Amino acid sequence: MNKLTVSSSPHIHTSNSTQRIMLDVIIALLPTAVAGTVIFGLGSLLVMGVCVATAILSEFLFNIIVKKEQTVSDLSAIVTGLILALNLRADTPWWQCMLGTVFAIIVVKCLFGGLGCNFANPAITGRIFMMMSFASAVGGGAVPSIVEVSSSATPLELISGNKAGALPSLWDMLLGLRGGAIGEVCALAILLGFAYLVYRKVIHFETPLIFVGTVFVLSLIITNDLTLSLYQVLSGGLLFGAVFMATDYVTTPITRTGKMVFAVGCGLITVLIRFFGSYPEGVSFAILLMNILSPYIEKWTAKRPLGGKKA
Amino acid sequence: MPGFMLGKTHVPHRKNTAGMESVRMPVPETVIIPTSQHIGAPATPTVKVGDTVYVGTKIGEAGGYVSSPIHSSVSGKVKKIDSLLLVGGRSCAAIVIESDGLMTPDPSVAPPKVDNLDGFIAAVRESGLVGLGGAGFPTAVKLDAEKKGLIHRLVINGAECEPYITSDTLTMRNDADYIREGVKLLQKYLTLEEVFIGIESNKPDCIEKLRETFSYDETVKVVSLPSTYPQGAEKVLIYNTTGLIVPEGGLPADVGCLVMNVTSVAFLAKYFETGMPLVEKCVTVDGSAIKNPMNVIAPIGTPVEKLIEFTGGFSKEPGKIMYGGPMMGSAMYSAEYPVLKNTNAIVALDKKDAKPPVQRNCIHCGRCVAACPIGLNPTLFARSMKVEDKAERAARLEEAKIGLCMECGCCSFVCPSARPLVQTNRLAKADLRANGAKK
Ligand code: SF4
Ligand code: SF4
Repeated sequence: MNKLTVSSSPHIHTSNSTQRIMLDVIIALLPTAVAGTVIFGLGSLLVMGVCVATAILSEFLFNIIVKKEQTVSDLSAIVTGLILALNLRADTPWWQCMLGTVFAIIVVKCLFGGLGCNFANPAITGRIFMMMSFASAVGGGAVPSIVEVSSSATPLELISGNKAGALPSLWDMLLGLRGGAIGEVCALAILLGFAYLVYRKVIHFETPLIFVGTVFVLSLIITNDLTLSLYQVLSGGLLFGAVFMATDYVTTPITRTGKMVFAVGCGLITVLIRFFGSYPEGVSFAILLMNILSPYIEKWTAKRPLGGKKA
Repeated sequence: MPGFMLGKTHVPHRKNTAGMESVRMPVPETVIIPTSQHIGAPATPTVKVGDTVYVGTKIGEAGGYVSSPIHSSVSGKVKKIDSLLLVGGRSCAAIVIESDGLMTPDPSVAPPKVDNLDGFIAAVRESGLVGLGGAGFPTAVKLDAEKKGLIHRLVINGAECEPYITSDTLTMRNDADYIREGVKLLQKYLTLEEVFIGIESNKPDCIEKLRETFSYDETVKVVSLPSTYPQGAEKVLIYNTTGLIVPEGGLPADVGCLVMNVTSVAFLAKYFETGMPLVEKCVTVDGSAIKNPMNVIAPIGTPVEKLIEFTGGFSKEPGKIMYGGPMMGSAMYSAEYPVLKNTNAIVALDKKDAKPPVQRNCIHCGRCVAACPIGLNPTLFARSMKVEDKAERAARLEEAKIGLCMECGCCSFVCPSARPLVQTNRLAKADLRANGAKK
């Protein structure tokens, strides 16, 4: 008889794979990408194209240079590139997009050992890096190309009184007819992606729900105004961050309870920054901070094994 | 019964043989009977090359307290006594018997005469019975806990949670009366307040049948378990039927439980009726490389290749052949291995299914943590194993409770990055045994 494989059990394996999960995330991002392109015009496509291409290329080259096994086929670089792009304004210069992506992929991900080894979310860190380096790349200013908008200020800037102008209606906010980054404006598209991810069991529904819920409840307590609180939920990068960045596996606690604690923390910090900090937007910082706290939350929320004695 | 049940991994069932009756295969020309088919010391051979043996003749004496005797499964002559490399990596002697094809029973085989607990345990020991569902722990040793007054409940495992396997299903469907007699025997000699029979809900006919069989006895409860893996794992089964939790480092007896497989219980009854020790097994032969999946009654020691040949052979070139189901079974080096006492299935996968899935980095997705029925975090074991310092490594493994891992395979099964988690856990356990001693 010919050779038989002898290996450790189990001998069967789920049909799910990391590649499939990444593909699902990409699929979930598509409505947002399409909405962003419709709202802000073709510039969005350029930003997304540059970020995704740079992401793939930098991981590919990095692996070649350090002689590591090629990992681009896991699709995670595409996810990072796309999420970063959706966090940027449609008119971000291509070279800024490239730099931000290279930072996210090389410094935050590859240098730490590649997929799964980074402690902070590459896309968020990339976004923050760009915010620090070239302030205009992210957040406010971008004007939707398909409608007349009275002001280029983002709703958050308007609410916080940093800039003057009329707030877009809540309905416009839902559709995404407001200033902001490519992917963060269209709430409906984001929710579509959210539903898909939950349906595909890629994420649990709680994390985004608790994150957004915390922001909503705290805003309600602080402002005592339902409409303003709804604006808080729909504006800035909250929905996008809650659905696509606070649910990143690598940089959030591994247990379900841990993820819930993480989400509450994100909501809390977001509100603190938005209401009391000097930045109008706090989602990225909130998630980044909680990324750093993640290992501690994970330890603290570890399950007690069945029959396990207290150590 | 607890409010919610443990074990929720959806593995494919693939019970292709569920509706089939078992078929007795013709006597093989030779049988290979290893002295170690159980946990504990190997049996000591009591026959020499050239000796004449019969069906049921004892050919090996229990080699210690935790051990079991072995018996010839055919009548014929001892051809040789060889060394056999077991699938676990250990070696033991194996007695090769050439069959005369007559299957003459040993004249000394007679129903055991028993009137007290000691006699009962001694008889069970002589029957060669070991846990038929899984690891093959000698049954008589488990029964010894009764002498210390530890056993109050019997938990019978009819979960049969592994994919493909249906041999226990057949026992429940066809031998319900033997299961009843077996339970009565155990009730007679042990102080059993309650008996639980756990069966996965994907076998409603078995649940129905046993409920009917035991309708006369209120202390016997047939529990319908979810059809998710691993319902048959001892700790999971005990929790899901009785609600009790076996403590870390403890045994079922610590919570007053004796766990036995349905087929073991039925065997007890047959043994007390005829006195014929454990010499044959009903084995499910299935898998993507098997042409005609079926349940075969085969003498213990039948070479796997003969067994498969009897069913009609391979449909495709086999890539992997294993004892037991694909979740916990052990892959064998060749098809020359014999059917053992605790073999409930032989599964042969084709080349495609035997190919290992693509491994990637752990993405920290938490699926393994959510899947572990015990509530362990398998990623911690993998991470701890990377620690260089031996003492530190041992401490971390212990803190992560590697000792609680039952190697059920759920974590590896669900991992989208196909991390070899169970394999790592095995290495980690061995590592802890090696380095923990230096403390
Ligand atoms: S860690 Fe052990 S007990 Fe938990 S799922 Fe993995 S193999 Fe099973
Ligand atoms: S299931 Fe696999 S990828 Fe997910 S956390 Fe566990 S080991 Fe990592």
